[in-house]
Amino acid sequence: MTTTALLTAESSSGLSTEVGNPWANIGIFVVFVGITLWAVLRASKKTKTATDFYAGGRSFTGTQNGTAIAGDYLSAASFLGIVGAIAIYGYDGFLYSIGFLVAWLVALLLVAEMLRNTGKFTMADVLSFRLRQRPVRIAAATSTLLVSIFYLLAQMAGAGALVSLLLGIDSQVGQSLVIAIVGVLMIFYVFIGGMKGTTWVQIIKATLLLIGVGVMSVWMLGLFGFNFSAILGEAANVAGTSAILDPGLQYGINTLTKLDFISLGLALVLGTAGLPHVLMRFYTVPTAKEARKSVVWAIWLIGGFYLCTLVLGFGAAVLVGPDVIADAPGGQNSAAALLAYELGGTLLLGIISAVAFATILAVVAGLTITASASFAHDIYGQVIKKGKLDTRGEMRAGRATVVVVGILAILGGIGAQGQNVAFLVALAFAVAASANLPTIIYSLFWKNFTTRGALWSMYGGLISSITLILFSPVLWGAETSFFPDVDLAIYPLTNPGIISIPLSFLLGWIGSKTSKVRENADKQAEMEVRSLTGVGAEKATDH
Amino acid sequence: MSTIDYSDFGQVQKSEQFQQLRRTHRSFVFPLTVVFLVWYLAFVTVAAFAPEFMAIKVWGNINLGIVLGLAQFVTTFIITGAYVSYANRKIDPIASELRENMEAAGKGLPEEQDDGIEYVPAKQASGERP
Repeated sequence: MTTTALLTAESSSGLSTEVGNPWANIGIFVVFVGITLWAVLRASKKTKTATDFYAGGRSFTGTQNGTAIAGDYLSAASFLGIVGAIAIYGYDGFLYSIGFLVAWLVALLLVAEMLRNTGKFTMADVLSFRLRQRPVRIAAATSTLLVSIFYLLAQMAGAGALVSLLLGIDSQVGQSLVIAIVGVLMIFYVFIGGMKGTTWVQIIKATLLLIGVGVMSVWMLGLFGFNFSAILGEAANVAGTSAILDPGLQYGINTLTKLDFISLGLALVLGTAGLPHVLMRFYTVPTAKEARKSVVWAIWLIGGFYLCTLVLGFGAAVLVGPDVIADAPGGQNSAAALLAYELGGTLLLGIISAVAFATILAVVAGLTITASASFAHDIYGQVIKKGKLDTRGEMRAGRATVVVVGILAILGGIGAQGQNVAFLVALAFAVAASANLPTIIYSLFWKNFTTRGALWSMYGGLISSITLILFSPVLWGAETSFFPDVDLAIYPLTNPGIISIPLSFLLGWIGSKTSKVRENADKQAEMEVRSLTGVGAEKATDH
Repeated sequence: MSTIDYSDFGQVQKSEQFQQLRRTHRSFVFPLTVVFLVWYLAFVTVAAFAPEFMAIKVWGNINLGIVLGLAQFVTTFIITGAYVSYANRKIDPIASELRENMEAAGKGLPEEQDDGIEYVPAKQASGERP
């Protein structure tokens, strides 16, 4: 490919400013902001109550919510990260996407409908339903806030990196400014539009992302006569080794890296159904049946998306080449953008860049409303005000939290620039899988689960996963660590899941078995009957 | 056969009809969860510890790793479809009948007050115990 040679030449002189036209990227992004602003302003007119603000009035259809779930879930890390991982590491990148998809079966079979039937706005609503309100709610809200903030910081830091890649803004000040703009936009969206506005942003973004990725995949396959095997063959040629088609390039180095991969796989597959911003989406539909439909629709969209990333990843390996991608600013994350430029020139690059920005903006908005709901509804409304807060008070607290979380995200995003924060996403999944999922499963399915079990499991999962990360090669002793020269890594893996997930399941069981306090049997009966029948579930408020 | 007071969650929970609903639900989702988790973890373990097995070529440049990976997608789609069909046929009818009986007995009628004046969910008031 002659264009590949051209790109190689360009990459040495700062590819970000040479590929494509930043103004085209910015222009297309501004159009997206305009459309979503219009949708948010429209939604804001109908946002009058706490149920509107936190749950979109429970008036979305399963299809709409399923699309929004895909929008929430397919973050920039999924899109740019996985395409890049496949382009560079080949098959190992594909392994990620499988975990991200299969995880949805946990949500479909065990969580979504029962959560919809028993909760109101947050995960803590369900977990504290039949246990002691105060301690359980505080624990669930703590874990919700931490997971959301880890995820949020990773997204905001990613925004900075994306800016340097796509808009050609290399200066620290310029990147900080763009992070601030993204943050302020996001605060505005969530503040004004609440869950309704956020959901529409997700729907628009998911539609653009899926169309963009779909068109690129068909285009790529078309170039090779719709013969996927030919793309793989060419990828192996360009890479100079057929190892790119086999597992092991990234994780096959030694037994530790292999175990690390299994640990990550476990966190991905069990973490998704414990991610608070995903769980909260199940409250935006009127019934459990619509919640089921949402997950089904989300599984199809997310599955289709990851099939496309397989084509795009190997496509980027063929048309751009793993070495060029690794050397480009943004490294791995630049693969999708470079491929878009190879395929459709400035215009397609502009569209894909705008979609990537939209992705960050939408995911960040979804996380912010989750954090705000958890603080305003769980901590302020239920714990501090003991549930004696009217709907206006709860909304006022929610909006104030949105501003605070937004400002924290901006500051954190600016501070995290240039740091390797990719581990935060994996950490968020690991915490969700260890601190949240065991307690969700136990409270929905195990009659003898107790408050002590819940607290041990949640705090145990939270503390063990964070502690293991603090003493892992993420921070100490490896080339990519924060402190490469000091080796305090007692825990040899970079993902805590393999220890912390079984540990918190075990703690939940031991805590319940050793508890002497009898839990409220009436509440248990009520929760179980409600979770399966939907009787008394929160109704839609929109007409 | 004694009649059940449908306004009492405890009685409903012990009723034959609810127990049947619970069985219908659990006997489907639990085994299926075990199946897909084992199948996924087996796949990941083989990919990590037996990459040479995954590297076996099946057709052209497509190896066993790609085929089994795509099979994970296919099984996810199949399980999704199977659950939806099962839930629509077996779970929903029992759940709706129970719900209707309970609502007829006065349980779970709209209690949420979203008029912006009072907002104290009933369940929270009773949830706090000394």
